[in-house]
Amino acid sequence: MGPRFVSIWFRHLKTDWFALRHQATRDQPFVLRTSVHGKMVVTVANAAARRVGIVEGISLADARAVLPLLHVLDDQPDLTEKLLRRLGEWCIRFTPHVAVNPPDGLLLDATGCAHLWGGDQRYVEVIARRLRERGYDVGAAMSDTIGASWAVARYCAGDTVVQTDSHHKILFQLPVEALRLEVETVVRLRKLGLITIGQVASVDRSYLRRRFGEVLNRQIDYALGVEQEPIEPLQPVEPYSERLPCIDPVVTATGIGLALDTLLEKVCIRLQQEQKGLRTAMFRSYRVDGRVQELKVATNRPTHSVAHLRKLFDPMLSSIEPDLGLELFVLEAQGIENKIPTQEKLWHHNGGLENVGLSELLDRLAGRFGSGSIKRFLPDEHYWPERSFRPAASLSEVASTSWRTDKLRPVRLLNEPVRIEVTAPIPDYPPMLFRYKSQVHNIVNADGPERIEAEWWQQDGKHRDYYRVEDEEGRRYWIFRLGHYNDKTYQWFLHGFFA
Amino acid sequence: MREAQKIEILDQLRQGILRMQGLKDLRRMNIGDALDPIRAAFPNHTFPVGAVHEFICSGSEGTAATTGFIAGVLTSLIKRGGVSVWITASQTVFPVALKSFNIEPDHIIFINLENEKDVMWAMNEALRCESLTAVIGELSNIDFKNSRRLQLAVEQSMVTGFVMLSNARRSNSLGKQNQTACVSRWTITPVPSQKVDDLPGLGYPRWNVELLKIRNGRPGAWQLAWENGRLCISGGAPSQVLSQQRRVG
Repeated sequence: MGPRFVSIWFRHLKTDWFALRHQATRDQPFVLRTSVHGKMVVTVANAAARRVGIVEGISLADARAVLPLLHVLDDQPDLTEKLLRRLGEWCIRFTPHVAVNPPDGLLLDATGCAHLWGGDQRYVEVIARRLRERGYDVGAAMSDTIGASWAVARYCAGDTVVQTDSHHKILFQLPVEALRLEVETVVRLRKLGLITIGQVASVDRSYLRRRFGEVLNRQIDYALGVEQEPIEPLQPVEPYSERLPCIDPVVTATGIGLALDTLLEKVCIRLQQEQKGLRTAMFRSYRVDGRVQELKVATNRPTHSVAHLRKLFDPMLSSIEPDLGLELFVLEAQGIENKIPTQEKLWHHNGGLENVGLSELLDRLAGRFGSGSIKRFLPDEHYWPERSFRPAASLSEVASTSWRTDKLRPVRLLNEPVRIEVTAPIPDYPPMLFRYKSQVHNIVNADGPERIEAEWWQQDGKHRDYYRVEDEEGRRYWIFRLGHYNDKTYQWFLHGFFA
Repeated sequence: MREAQKIEILDQLRQGILRMQGLKDLRRMNIGDALDPIRAAFPNHTFPVGAVHEFICSGSEGTAATTGFIAGVLTSLIKRGGVSVWITASQTVFPVALKSFNIEPDHIIFINLENEKDVMWAMNEALRCESLTAVIGELSNIDFKNSRRLQLAVEQSMVTGFVMLSNARRSNSLGKQNQTACVSRWTITPVPSQKVDDLPGLGYPRWNVELLKIRNGRPGAWQLAWENGRLCISGGAPSQVLSQQRRVG
């Protein structure tokens, strides 16, 4: 079962509250005021006041000119936060994970809660009805992601429940404001003719990044559920850490190992019960003389396997210096992520990139050699050979474009092209021979040239004219000339070896 | 005893010997037609999967040719979604090119390690991981002890290992044999490509593939080319069987 979130929108939070406190003003027009640079300004106007044309931001004198009998109340600066907090605490009856979503909303992590109220629809209805009975004008929506719930609660009429995995369809029809963006970004998007989220999502991500920065892409990911949005619950989650004080200081490796085992077991049992897994773990040992020694491990995907974590810690345990003895061990699990149990495959051999065995192997290798030495490559949309592939960010990242196969490429590419000396018969003809590592190669067959231009928006430099050549012994090379033949400053390079 | 019965018993005994030598149940592991042309050289006419194969490469050109040949073999090993690990000293394999050998380059995980010892350690770990299809390691040389270690790792997990040796001496039947516990030893050298339909330019990649040693098989030499997504015999040079070498292992 996937995560479900409810977003509640208080349309008129402050005025609703004031109306509750001053029953007399309930249906009368009234405003809240505050002093800005010595001038009284209307900060909030209730529905009745707005009906006669009093809006937020105008001065109080103007408002009084429109309606001489206007009720005026003093605004309280941090009222919104206080109210939202109080309402959030009240909402804990619906789910343990409630977060304040300023300036005008609440977020409920309803995963696994709705069935207690008889289904998603009933759940949302009950929340909205109870809040309305208290006198608040609310909109509520439920969906798979925080972003989608937020958007639907504010931009769709009524209390909507978006069924599992169908939030894309609704989201794509909503305006771009529903992505929780800054006003300037929205204005610029509209200027470009991108009105709905569907239109924005269909644009290439790299263009969006260049124009609007990483924020827009992240907001789209949050809304569509590609990336998990962090939520900060009102009731903080107890940290996943365990302590093991020792009466007698521990000095042996066996002792340290036993302490680690005990702690790992405790933490992992809790993680397993809550269907969570850790991404990083910190093992601290406190020495008698006050020195603290830390060991840290990281994993590729959330795990709560004691054996695997023990294996990751194992090579590092010997680096702990017990000296006079260690009196306290603390294991702290950081980077907690949901680990939804998947059905074990019957045939787990050759399971692909999702395989647990593979990620455990990579964890072990990363623990020993550092994660920088492990790379997986995805295609990148560049003609320049060095840039035609890029390292993948994670094991689960999928290629956004396909690998090019229309042009033949060498199986081995030198990191740095090597200078060679070349004799070519006539301009722009494949060379006759070249000298590489003081050996002369007579070229028998050649293909080319294939011109690849330098990407001027990223780098300066000349274009390359690539030739595939084969010498008389059948060795195949990829060589190129940098620059035009007429320039007299051209140079020849060897860049790769064909199979 | 009748003749048919005799053959059956002999066949069973042969299977028993293969099993004892670490080649498990070969019948199940037919890897497709990639090595069809040279299948006769292998024990039971099947390319030994779950074993360590050694490739002796000379120079960058030889390494490139070996890379191409391994990629050709790997294609038929990788079932849908299979993942391989390529352990090198420096990243010179061009992932884009692997696609033309029908390999999904994003299903290969490259591990760059500078130290020869680290490469050995990583290979050992990787070969024990059952969820991999193949492990390719690039070393300068390998001694008997280390090769035995790799072979033992492979026998449990049934992962296929390819070791590319850049600095090993090519043993011949007269000289002192480079003794290792590998199942097979190969040398791949590039050969001039053949013209396709008399068109100018380069033809299909073509190699001289020498199988110097194969446990329970018959060593040989062939000229193979990578044509239209498969390995096939190419060129006029007839397939020849090398003089039987001293059997090792």
